[in-house]
Amino acid sequence: MTTATDVKAAETGTHKRRLMSNNDSMIFAGLVLFGILGPILFPNYTFQIAVLWLMVLFALTWDIMGGQMGYNSLGNIFFFGAGMYICAIVQVGLFTDVGAYTSVSGQGNFKFTPDQYYIGVAVGLVAAAIGSSLLAVALGWIVFGLRGPYFAIGTLGMALAAGELIGAWGWVGGGSGIPMPVYPGSGDGKSYFFYVLCFAAAIATFLFLKWLYSTQFGLAINAIRDDEGKAEAMGVHTLRHKTVAWAVSAFFLGIAGGLFGNMTGFIEPLEVAFPTITFGIFMVAMALLGGKGTIWGPVLGAILFHIVKEVTWTYFLGWQWVALGVIIIINIIYFQQGIVGWLQEKYPGWFGIEVDERARAEAPAKGAAQ
Amino acid sequence: MLDNLNLLVFAPYLGVQLLLDGIFIGAIFALAAYGLALVWGVMNVKNLSQGEFVIMGGYFAWYMSTYGIHPMYALPVAIIGMFGFGWVVYKTIISRVVEKDMFTSLLATFGLAIVIQQGLNLAFGPEVQVAESGFPTHTVPIWGGEITIAEIRFYSFLICCVLAGGVVTFMKKSRMGQAIRATAQDVRAAKVMGIDTEKVFAFTYALNAAICGAAGVLISMIWVIQPFYGITHSIRSFVIVTAAGFGNLAGVLMASFGLGVAEQYGGFIFGAELQQATVVGMLLLVLIWRQIQMNRLRQAVQ
Repeated sequence: MTTATDVKAAETGTHKRRLMSNNDSMIFAGLVLFGILGPILFPNYTFQIAVLWLMVLFALTWDIMGGQMGYNSLGNIFFFGAGMYICAIVQVGLFTDVGAYTSVSGQGNFKFTPDQYYIGVAVGLVAAAIGSSLLAVALGWIVFGLRGPYFAIGTLGMALAAGELIGAWGWVGGGSGIPMPVYPGSGDGKSYFFYVLCFAAAIATFLFLKWLYSTQFGLAINAIRDDEGKAEAMGVHTLRHKTVAWAVSAFFLGIAGGLFGNMTGFIEPLEVAFPTITFGIFMVAMALLGGKGTIWGPVLGAILFHIVKEVTWTYFLGWQWVALGVIIIINIIYFQQGIVGWLQEKYPGWFGIEVDERARAEAPAKGAAQ
Repeated sequence: MLDNLNLLVFAPYLGVQLLLDGIFIGAIFALAAYGLALVWGVMNVKNLSQGEFVIMGGYFAWYMSTYGIHPMYALPVAIIGMFGFGWVVYKTIISRVVEKDMFTSLLATFGLAIVIQQGLNLAFGPEVQVAESGFPTHTVPIWGGEITIAEIRFYSFLICCVLAGGVVTFMKKSRMGQAIRATAQDVRAAKVMGIDTEKVFAFTYALNAAICGAAGVLISMIWVIQPFYGITHSIRSFVIVTAAGFGNLAGVLMASFGLGVAEQYGGFIFGAELQQATVVGMLLLVLIWRQIQMNRLRQAVQ
C-alpha cells in the first residue's frame, strides 16, 4: 500500500510538493485499512466506528480555526446543527410540504420511495454543505471583529441562540423535532450505507486539509495566528482568509450534520442538532488532546478521546461527565501542546522539521532525518 | 407575540410588574457580574464557571432548607463555604493558568463548570429546586390592575445593596482591597511595591466565589436553581461586563438592571421558552455594538 503512494510521491517531485512523508502515508494507510476492515471485523460496532469518523472530522475542522488560525471557537457546532436541519428540510421539502410533515411529526401517510430517499440524501448533503458555508460567510461579518475570549464567547452564544431559536420555530417542528425519512432497507444496510459516507467524509476532510495547509493559504492563516496585525501589514487580506477558513470548516461540518441526522433518524434542536455542551466541547477537547495546529493531532486526539469516552460511558456511568471535565482541565493545565505537539517537540525529525541549522552542523554527520 | 405586545399596551400595570421584577433580579445579576469584573480586571481570567458558583451557592440554601433551616441563614454559610471553595480552586487550577493566554483560562474554567454542574447533578439530582423562604406576597393596586410583590424579592434587593456596599467599602478602605486595586492597575509594579500578588489573586478569586455564592442563595429563594442553569448565569455576567467594562461599578449596575428588565420583557413578549434566547441574543447584540464602537477606532474587540 505504501509503495504506491511513495512512487506517486516520488514522481511528483520528492521535496517540493510532496503531500505526505513516508511516515505519514504509512499511518494514513493504516487508518484507511482500519476504516475498511473495522465494520467487517466488528459488525456490532459499525455505528460507533461511524461516529468515530465524525469525531475525527469534528476535531479536524475545529483545528482549522483553533489550531491553524488561532481563533478558538466554542460554537462551531452551530454548523453541524445548521447542516443537519438544512439536509432534513431539503430531504423532506423536495417531495412534500415541510410544515405539514413536521406538524404531524412524520406520522402522516407520506412515505418516501427508495429513489426519493437516495435523491433526498444526495441533494440534502450538498445543500447542507453549501448552506453551512454560506452561513459561515454571513456570520463571519459579525464575529470576526472579535478577538480571543470575546470570539470564543460570541461563537458559544451563537450556537446556544441557534438551538433556542430553532426550538421555537414551528415550521421545522420546534422543540419536538423532525423524524427523518426512513431508510428503505434493512437496519444493517443503513448502518453500512452511512458508515461508508462518514468514512469518506472524514478521509476527504483529512486530505483536503492536508493539501490546504501545504498551500499559501495555510501559511496565511498561520500568519494570522502568529500575529494578525503584522499579517495584515504584510498584505494578507485577513478578513477574507478568516472567512474562507471558517467556510471550509462549516462545509465539512454541514456534511457531518446531515449524515448524523440521518443516522440517528430523528433530529431535535437542543440534544441532537446543537449539542453545545457535548459535541461542541468534544471537538475542542479532542483537538487539544491530540495537539492543535498539527494535522495528525486532531485525528489521534479524536480516536483516543472516543475510545476513552466509550469506556467511561460503559463502566463509570454517571461519572462520565465529571471525568470529561477533569480531562479538559488536566489537558489544558499540564499538557497544552497535546500528544502530537509533545512528540513534535521531542522528535522533530519524525515530522520532517529541521530544527536549527547550526545545531545540525555541529551534530556528528549522521545525516539528519529528511 | 403581537398579542402579548397588545396586552402590554392595554394593561400598563403589567409593564410595571415586569419592570419591578427586572430590577429585583437585576440586582442579583449585578453581584455575580461584579465578581466577574473583579477577576477579569485583576488577574485577566475569564471565569466561565461563574454561573456554576452561583448555582452552588443556591444549593447551600436549598440543602439547608430541606433540614428545616431558613434559607436566609444559608447566606453566611454560603459566603464562607464558597470563599473556601474559591481558594481551593485557585490553588489547584487557576494559579496555573493565570500566566497563560486567555483562551486557556476560558477553557479550564469551562472544564471546571462541567465538573461542578455534573457533580451537583450527581449529588442532588436534575430537578428544579426552590428554597422556600415563607415570606408573604403582597398585591398592590395600580392603574386598574394589581401587581404582586413578594416580600422576599424586596429583602433580597436590600441584601444585594448591603453586600455590594460592603464589597465596595472593602475595596476602598481595607489593606487587601487596596492591594487588589493596585494589582489590577499593574501586576509588576504591585510586585515591586512588595505586594504578594499570588495571595492577592487567590483572595480575589475566592472573594468572587463568595460573592457568587451569596447571589446564588438569593437566586434560590426568589427564583429557581437547577444544576444546568449555571451557563445562563455565566452568559449574563459576560453580557454585563462586556457592556459595562470592568472597574466601572456604575456601569455594571446600569447594565445589570438593563439586562434584568430586558430579560423580563423578552420573556413576556416572546414567551417564556425564549427567555434564555433573549439573554444570548443580548450577548450577541452587545458584542456587535462593541464592534461597531471599536470599528470607528479601527480596532478589534479584545
